[in-house]
Amino acid sequence: MIKKFFHQFASPKSYFAIANKFGKPFLTFFFLLYISALVWGLFFTPPDLVQGNSYRIIYMHVPASFMAQILFVVMAITSAVFLIWRLKLAAYVSKSIAPIGAIVTFFALFSGSIWGIPTWGTWWQWDARITSTLILFIMYLGLISLHASFENKDKADKFFSVLVLIGLVNIPIIKKSVDWWSTLHQSASITLTSKPAIDPVMLYPLMFSIVSFIGLIFGLIILSSQNEILKREKYKSWVKNI
Amino acid sequence: MKKHRKKRLFGVLLIIGSSCLGIGLILYALNSNLDYFLTPSELKKSNENVVLSSNTRVKLGGMVKKDSFFINENKVNFEVTDFEDSIKVIYEGLLPDLFKEGKGIVVLGKYNDGIFYADEVFAKHDENYMPPNLELD
Repeated sequence: MIKKFFHQFASPKSYFAIANKFGKPFLTFFFLLYISALVWGLFFTPPDLVQGNSYRIIYMHVPASFMAQILFVVMAITSAVFLIWRLKLAAYVSKSIAPIGAIVTFFALFSGSIWGIPTWGTWWQWDARITSTLILFIMYLGLISLHASFENKDKADKFFSVLVLIGLVNIPIIKKSVDWWSTLHQSASITLTSKPAIDPVMLYPLMFSIVSFIGLIFGLIILSSQNEILKREKYKSWVKNI
Repeated sequence: MKKHRKKRLFGVLLIIGSSCLGIGLILYALNSNLDYFLTPSELKKSNENVVLSSNTRVKLGGMVKKDSFFINENKVNFEVTDFEDSIKVIYEGLLPDLFKEGKGIVVLGKYNDGIFYADEVFAKHDENYMPPNLELD
């Protein structure tokens, strides 16, 4: 029965129907949640002891940087699913994640630069963390252009997926860059293994902003993958009937 | 799992594995060149082994030594320490907001006759965040 459920859900048609019903409310909900997380972070938290008010960009920078990496991992999973089980839907989702990932990564770099000016005294350094994130951004762009350069979209899906898997190696490098090399960027404040190095009054809004941003981005991916399905299956009868 | 899928799964793992191996070897080979800054004792040691020409730009990182900061003829003077060794730094220009004695710092410049002439100064902050009133505890 589970197998049957997956087969049904994995068909672009039924996924589209579910996404069409829940996609927009889902996105709206998390968008409002993220806005309230920002309001909480920007207006209802105390300033930081060392950085004063400039630390508040953390409520945008951390969710974006986190998502920039998570999206690549998600894209690698859907790409592997496509390569192993040849599920078309997985390839469509993979492809629609790439532009969103590029934007999120750009935002992570941009907000980091803004944060760097008052605190570090520089907006750009060839620091291990910053450089590896820039490589991630370039990789997203490379994936988008790779897919666009193929006439044959089925072939494009395959090459795209293989390139995602090759690029996956960058993710642990970004994650561990602050521990492996001496970088200007400080090490992680929140880890799974130890107590957060960030006070609870700032930690809760930060967690809230991360969770709501995850929801917001996945909402966008749902809508964008619907678009991709329509584009790729436009000659199928069920699409013509919409 | 069916046989052809197992084969493809193996292919997927092979791609990930070989790209990790490749990048891992590159990083391993580059390791000595990748470090972003040297600590005072590392800089002194590397200066003994290879005499840096006085024009080589290097990066020095560490803590600003307590009670070492003073301003003399528009030039900022302080010492960078890693608690083993320290190097005197001279700098002319604006300091970042977070510059403070006892806090982390990275300076970029030239090391000459035991004195570091900095062109740029960056403040390094740690991963701790807390509201100001908690310092009293």
